[in-house]
Amino acid sequence: MRVVDLLNFAWQVVRGSLARTLLILLAMGIGVAAVVVVTALGEGARLYVANQFGSLGSNLIIVLPGRSDTAGALPGVLVGKTPRDLTLDDALALKRSHAVRRFAPLVIGAGDVRSGARSRETPVLGSTAELMDIRHMEMAQGRFLPEGDPRHSQPVCVIGAKVASELFGSRPALGEWVRVGDRRFRVIGIMATQGESLGSNTDEIVIVPLAAAQALFNTEALFRVLVEAKSREQIPDAKADVEEIIRLRHEGERDVTVITQDAVLATFDRILNALTLTVASIAAISLAVAGILIMNVMLIAVTQRRREIGLLKALGATGQQIRLLFFTEALLLASGGAAAGLAVGELGRSIVSQVYPAIPFQAPWWALVAAPATALITAVLFTVAPARRAAMLDPVQALSRR
Amino acid sequence: MIRLTGIARTFLVGGEEVHALCAVNLAITRGEYLSIMGPSGSGKSTLLNIIGLLDRPNAGTYELDQRDVTALTDDELARVRREKIGFVFQFFHLVPRLTAVQNIELPMVLAGIDPAERRQRLARLLGEYSLEERANHRPDQLSGGQCQRVAIARAMAMGPTVILADEPTGNLDRHTGQEVLSVLERVHHNGGTVVIVTHDPEIGARSHRRLRMLDGAIVSDEKG
Repeated sequence: MRVVDLLNFAWQVVRGSLARTLLILLAMGIGVAAVVVVTALGEGARLYVANQFGSLGSNLIIVLPGRSDTAGALPGVLVGKTPRDLTLDDALALKRSHAVRRFAPLVIGAGDVRSGARSRETPVLGSTAELMDIRHMEMAQGRFLPEGDPRHSQPVCVIGAKVASELFGSRPALGEWVRVGDRRFRVIGIMATQGESLGSNTDEIVIVPLAAAQALFNTEALFRVLVEAKSREQIPDAKADVEEIIRLRHEGERDVTVITQDAVLATFDRILNALTLTVASIAAISLAVAGILIMNVMLIAVTQRRREIGLLKALGATGQQIRLLFFTEALLLASGGAAAGLAVGELGRSIVSQVYPAIPFQAPWWALVAAPATALITAVLFTVAPARRAAMLDPVQALSRR
Repeated sequence: MIRLTGIARTFLVGGEEVHALCAVNLAITRGEYLSIMGPSGSGKSTLLNIIGLLDRPNAGTYELDQRDVTALTDDELARVRREKIGFVFQFFHLVPRLTAVQNIELPMVLAGIDPAERRQRLARLLGEYSLEERANHRPDQLSGGQCQRVAIARAMAMGPTVILADEPTGNLDRHTGQEVLSVLERVHHNGGTVVIVTHDPEIGARSHRRLRMLDGAIVSDEKG
């Protein structure tokens, strides 16, 4: 029997009982679509987190004061308590490591920012010129903080796009003076809109030189130090160096926490991957259910089409041909369902993407392969028994009944 | 052409052995027009099924075209059936979702015959059995007589050695039955071998060789 004839015959059967066909397509389609959508959600979350970490800077090592045994938490969440502060001198000592390209000490606090009659409360960040490169920041106008000795500061500041528009409206902000707390700063730069990255929005902050921030908040202690390793390969070396340098400066005590961006990212990656796989497997169960539906329908078909099977045998169909007819029918139904499922899944994915444009929802390639493949394989597996039963049917008995 | 020697067939019905055929000997030569008559349960359908290779005898040998087909596997039997046997059934047994022409094509599809060759044969068969106008109708749109003509055309599609008809007129009115019978007789006139199982003595009388069966045995074999 020719393949074309086989397909044609199965097509006639599938077309002949439309309601039955649509129901199977629906079941298979839901299964495949569920896998596609669920994996797209998981993968989207994973990519989102990866992007967020990427926008934070590359080859990044974060030094926090205080020792914490909790690993893999968000860098913004960890607040360690320690008797010994992390100071600017600690940070400056990190220059000694060959694996460190640059670093930026950070002081953070909230301040009242005023220009004329307008004022608003914003996070105020104290740092150095290196912060811009480490955090991959971009300027919309003007320039970033000037280079120079971090112990001394000029009265200048860089403001976020939103802060600029709120304080100055449509007036040019560059060169204007703003008052932060009890100090005055000249605006020398406005940051480009970068969007949110892991909770800190550069649109809504004011950045002042480190020494100014220390004076403003009356503290010597650093909030943290961002360190950039020279390359991805040197991250472990840089991390070891940082730990060792600070331990020596802190009289042999390990009282800082050093987190590498990679380690955090890898943890997130693992968690989200596991989550995606788990949820995808649950969705795949619906495919197995669809397979059972196919088996059910095929078993009914064998009973309903007894006469036809008997006739085919009388006309010279071998057992092999009968089995092939049933498998072709099942495969046709399953591939139709898989195609419908992929289409519906893609539709669902694009709808979710419309609702949450920030998250790059995209079903991973393995899901796009595995979902239809699972549909086809379950269809074939669940057709083995009905096809066998059909092939073993006794033609005399099958034909004798009306 | 067909030679049955000592064919026996027993069924188990409710734990009891029923002898449907006991030691039947029968030879059919090419071009014969033969009828098998007898009361219900006399074994005529069983005999037809065995000749048609749908059923296997418990004992005896069956030679078809000088070949012993008693010991063939199921798949081999299917192939012999496809090439050499044409069935015509009382209830037509057309596939309801297929058109007349698709039904006639079915044995050729199963045999994997080239589509061009199939089209040629179909055109000839449709003409021969006056089915051109109904070619694309489905069985539920055809009359009983037309259905049986489609079934005969289907049986003839592979150019079989023998046509086996089990009560071919049993489900038709008298007039249509006569018509179908004359179609079968035309097959015979064109050199085909036709075996008809029937209850109807009138149909039996029209055939050239008449077997009577009783309790699984051939009790008379008249020619002429």
